[in-house]
Amino acid sequence: MMVTRVDAIGDACPIPVVKTKNAIKELHGAGTVETLVDNEIAVQNLTKMANQKGYAVKSQKLSDDRFQVTMEISEKAGLSEASQAEPGNALGQEPQECLVAPGARKKNIVVAVTAPVMGTGNDELGAVLIKGFLYALTQQDELPSTILFYNGGATLTCEGSASIEDLKSLEALGVEILTCGTCLNYYKLSDHLQVGGVTNMYEIAEKLTRADLVIRP
Amino acid sequence: MKRGLEMSSEKIVFCKGGGCTAKLGAQALNRVLSLLPKGDPDPDLLVGYSSKDDAAVYRLTDEIAFVQTLDFFPPMVQDPYLFGQIAAANALSDIYAMGGTVKTALNIVCFPEKWDLNILGEILRGGSEKVLEAGGSLAGGHSIADSDVKYGLSVTGVVHPDHIWANNTGRPGDRLILTKALGVGILCTADRVGEAPADGMAAAIRSMTTLNKTAAECCHAYEIHACTDVTGFSFLGHLHEMMDGRLSCRIFADQIPVLPGAMACADEFLLTAAAQRNRNHVGNYVRFDDIPFAMEEVLFDPQTSGGLLVAAAPGDADSLLKDLRGRGLPAAMVGEILAREDQEIQVLYH
Repeated sequence: MMVTRVDAIGDACPIPVVKTKNAIKELHGAGTVETLVDNEIAVQNLTKMANQKGYAVKSQKLSDDRFQVTMEISEKAGLSEASQAEPGNALGQEPQECLVAPGARKKNIVVAVTAPVMGTGNDELGAVLIKGFLYALTQQDELPSTILFYNGGATLTCEGSASIEDLKSLEALGVEILTCGTCLNYYKLSDHLQVGGVTNMYEIAEKLTRADLVIRP
Repeated sequence: MKRGLEMSSEKIVFCKGGGCTAKLGAQALNRVLSLLPKGDPDPDLLVGYSSKDDAAVYRLTDEIAFVQTLDFFPPMVQDPYLFGQIAAANALSDIYAMGGTVKTALNIVCFPEKWDLNILGEILRGGSEKVLEAGGSLAGGHSIADSDVKYGLSVTGVVHPDHIWANNTGRPGDRLILTKALGVGILCTADRVGEAPADGMAAAIRSMTTLNKTAAECCHAYEIHACTDVTGFSFLGHLHEMMDGRLSCRIFADQIPVLPGAMACADEFLLTAAAQRNRNHVGNYVRFDDIPFAMEEVLFDPQTSGGLLVAAAPGDADSLLKDLRGRGLPAAMVGEILAREDQEIQVLYH
């Protein structure tokens, strides 16, 4: 079985974890990764990762500022890590810098909801469709970064909307939910907003122009 | 602001992972502070460091007390101007957390002698803009040549001695309201290794540069029993201080506002040392009921320029929340205070 040693002496968190994760990926299967660190907090962070990932883990204090964390990776776990290509991973670069590297990132998807219905035709059907659409969004692997609600769409984030629960789940998953403040005023809904924040036209324009993809259901 | 960051052949590393993740652990700090000579207590020192509050408060007259605070740290973002804004917003926040109004501020800065002074100029420009936005005056400062950059402010404000918002005077039944989303520590750490999503980092910067001024102004119109700002000791660390050994609380994990991308970065274990120190310090006071790992990490995540955590009277909480959200803040009602139970802090889905 392969044993890989990772030297993370002098590295601040999260570098020891990042280096170890990469070593595990390089195993392409079963193996052992031994990581050397110089502080106990790094040992604890590595141990947390191993526990979450289900790797057998033990640690040993070699001296006051030398600790060794050993992880045993099973065949299955190792292969699954190796198969997860991460193009955005920057381990090859100097890790201390925080220049905003333009590497591969998650796409910035913005959903613009402009009406209380989806599509044109029958509005009763449209209302069912938009509810279904917002629910289906919660189930997507790739979530939008922001959902904008304006004009008639503003009613969907307010009291009486059938989508409040779905929008709350999306918010909990990290999706930003924003409703146009002018629209809330116009429809006299300002006191009835149930989910997300209030936004203005400047921010709406900014979100839409900066998006990689705008979805208008 | 990448211009000015490259100097001859020498590479300038502006950001090494700072902000409130650079704070000393509470455990280590408490040990040192407990050994300091205290002297005779001054009855006009209303809040000193015996109370672990956000700032010191000293009564001058029955009508007026001054609030004093100092906060500075190394850069957590690469842009010096944004760093200045964030460091200042963070320092000013302590005045708001005590219920005070900002009056004057002094710069405190460490800067390498050989570096381009334009970088320093950008930092100070960001800071002074925030002091102005707070309605205060920049009144001076002090600078030191050092190997690394550090910047912050000593801020003085005023407050009525009877209307100080202490952090430990909450009451059972109070609703807990948080005025900013969590996760800036995780996102800045992920950004340091190039793995933070762009939208998450943008949201973190927007959050960190937002003053707690509006949030505090909203709160002044309602019955508030306690207030603190969430910074380096994390949401749970500051909540633990708020419980003061005599209260308990329930926290609703599904209500916690989280910055986009922070949970995903936590699931990739892009974790700070400070978060683990926070876990070691307060983890024993917390029970998690089926809470995902990433949410636990968010709750222990050190915040730079975090939001206010407010204990609002139950009758006022709904209106306050509506008011905060109406002003565009991502505020949420995240829990409620209970009379003391065996378990100090319980985190659950409700």
